[in-house]
Amino acid sequence: MDMNTLPSYASTGEKVWFYGFRVLCGLIFFFLVAPIIVIIPLSFNAQNFFTFTKEMLAFDPAGYSLKHYQDFFTNSDWTGAILNSIRIAPVATLISVSLGTLAAIGLSNPHMPFKRLITAFLISPMIVPLVISAAGMYFFFSRIGLQGTYWGVVLAHAVLGIPFVIITVTATMVGFDRSLTRAAASLGANPITTFWKIQMPLILPGVISGGLFAFITSFDEVVVVLFVGSSAQKTLPWQMFIGLREQISPTILAVATVLVALSILLLTTVELLRRRSERIRGLTPG
Amino acid sequence: MQNESTPEIPLAADGRPLEQSLQRALRAQKIRAFLLVVPLLVFVLITFLAPIADMLYRAVDNRIVSETLPRTVEALSDWEESENEPPEEDVFIALYYDLFFAAENKIHTRLGSRLNYQETGMSSLFRRTGRRVDRFDTDELTDAFIDFDPRWEDPTHWITLSEHPEFANQLPETAGVWDDWTQLLIAEEDELSEEEPEDLIYFALYRDLNNIGQPVALMDNWSETVSAAQSFEPVSLREQFADADEDWLLPSVWGTIKRFSPTITDGYLLNAVDMQKTADGIEAQPESRQIYGLLFGRTLFMSLVITISSILLAYPISYFLTSLPMRKANLLLILVLLPFWTSLLVRTSAWKVLLQQQGVINDLLVWVGLVDDANRLVMMNNQTGTIIAMTHILLPFMILPMYSVMRTIPPSYVRAAKSLGATNWTAFWRVYFPQSVPGIGAGSILVFIMAIGYYITPAIVGGTEGIFISNRIAYHISSSLNWGLASALGGILLLAVVILYWLYDKFVGIDNLKLG
Repeated sequence: MDMNTLPSYASTGEKVWFYGFRVLCGLIFFFLVAPIIVIIPLSFNAQNFFTFTKEMLAFDPAGYSLKHYQDFFTNSDWTGAILNSIRIAPVATLISVSLGTLAAIGLSNPHMPFKRLITAFLISPMIVPLVISAAGMYFFFSRIGLQGTYWGVVLAHAVLGIPFVIITVTATMVGFDRSLTRAAASLGANPITTFWKIQMPLILPGVISGGLFAFITSFDEVVVVLFVGSSAQKTLPWQMFIGLREQISPTILAVATVLVALSILLLTTVELLRRRSERIRGLTPG
Repeated sequence: MQNESTPEIPLAADGRPLEQSLQRALRAQKIRAFLLVVPLLVFVLITFLAPIADMLYRAVDNRIVSETLPRTVEALSDWEESENEPPEEDVFIALYYDLFFAAENKIHTRLGSRLNYQETGMSSLFRRTGRRVDRFDTDELTDAFIDFDPRWEDPTHWITLSEHPEFANQLPETAGVWDDWTQLLIAEEDELSEEEPEDLIYFALYRDLNNIGQPVALMDNWSETVSAAQSFEPVSLREQFADADEDWLLPSVWGTIKRFSPTITDGYLLNAVDMQKTADGIEAQPESRQIYGLLFGRTLFMSLVITISSILLAYPISYFLTSLPMRKANLLLILVLLPFWTSLLVRTSAWKVLLQQQGVINDLLVWVGLVDDANRLVMMNNQTGTIIAMTHILLPFMILPMYSVMRTIPPSYVRAAKSLGATNWTAFWRVYFPQSVPGIGAGSILVFIMAIGYYITPAIVGGTEGIFISNRIAYHISSSLNWGLASALGGILLLAVVILYWLYDKFVGIDNLKLG
């Protein structure tokens, strides 16, 4: 059934169905996106309210202000949290990406032993409820002196990012033509040169999107850092969580808006990378 | 006739049989592939598997009782709770020694809290007695020894005694207590020769001297000391403990200590399923304390509701997207991916703002006139809030697998069904829908797995009714500090997730997990 066009001979019932179905889908898309979009104008509220004021609805400039943004970028609680997030996420990402990419290449080898079992094991940090991972890490890291330290949080976040790197890199490895590495070897390249010159450029889009996923996992993670970190590692999500549980201040809407802008940026990057990867591997034309 | 010539074995360039050569190359490949995975395997083992194993061990670990009260646990082995009598004096004596050192090391309250999980009142019993234990009337014996020979007041006199080769043989109880005493002083960095010995050491000496068989002179004036000690007025520790707290005469208190003295316990796991270990064996908790069954049930029920709502919302969208040309579908897919990429806390904050009684949704409903201003809807801090917010958050995880399965269904099947006379509905229900079931399955298991372990969203919009088992686990770790119970609850939740994960791998395959 082609849903895009309604034939001119369509009955009334078919017309109702055709338009009704589109309205329904529109509403569901609205449900998906509206909650995220609606906080953007609310973050410019001149009042400390969480709803649209009369002035805002009348588009009166007096109803809008940047004061919540000002609070976000000047309040030491928030700036400290941003700094911590920036200190933790990239290092965790680097660990996930380097170890994860190597492992994904190994796992994509058709002769890899225990492939299914090992993949299931490496993906499990994504599946195990965060509270359980957090509790275990809290107990175990206390024993080995990592609890409440910067490296404790970094290692915990790195392991949570691993599954994303494995999934995205193995996905790009699916279409990888192994005769290319054989060709490079037959032309005298050693394995390391082959990896950097032949394999890496081809799987790079997957590596980068895996890295972005790992980054956002760490940047957005709150449960594990609450348990494994101490107040010196208070990240942005942690500060948001406190804000949401205790006195909710409209600054959180400004933070949320900034984060939405960041996720749009990341989403665009990942989409572009995916298309590029499919194009180089010849999976889709154009 | 049989052909006698052996079949020719193909040889590789280096002269080895080709088969052998190939196998060697294959083995090398296997090893190379495996070596690439090894660093990550080790990393995940240390930072992920070891912590989980640690947690699971804590669910059964019960070393604290036998480590804090070693003598008492041993002395209790002859006592049976079914006799319904408090134990004999020797058990009280053992407890006196154990509790004294526990109180000095400030670990008696920890033991009290641990036993309090099994029987309320134990915590205050240990705290109260711990404060009293160094002021028991055993000082009468201390005074009696010092009256008899003032040298007993001098720590160096005791050190000389303890250095006698027969010390441990002749005075076993004193030697045991003395050992613990010296270790305590070492830990506190005190000088043994400067600290006055505590009453319990005199008490142990008094006991040993009264039980001595063939005395060997350990010091000068020894036989006089022995006979003097045998004439001292005895002190009943049973009375001392009863004086500190009447509860020490209750057999149930001793029963609890005895039942929870093994180093491995099923007590936490039983508590996690609303059972308890009593004198009469394992039985259900009183109804007012049965909360975990309810909480597990609610977690499963709400996860199911969230999964079903996600299916209902994701199916039309995925169906619609597959009917569009690739270019348009990819554009609309961005509307699905945007929430997927947006911070979980941003989405949760959005719902907290929207669902408030003074929030946007209520304002809108009042403005339209659907709801009276005085009766604004309560959509937050209850199950409704959790279900709405979590359905929104998990919906992309349903749409993406569903859409990727539906994309592979050839539209010609439905056209064929219709050309054979099927109505729109029959064609959909009998031909299209069955082919889309794998997508529903994949999405449902994924959403369900993620939902049952959720913590953040229920904690923020769930109030008290809308919380999940994860919230209770977090509470036991950071507030009630009952780590054993938290680990037991976590272990049960983990088991559920592992079973679902196994199902997912069996029916969908982890290789098919895609992001974006």
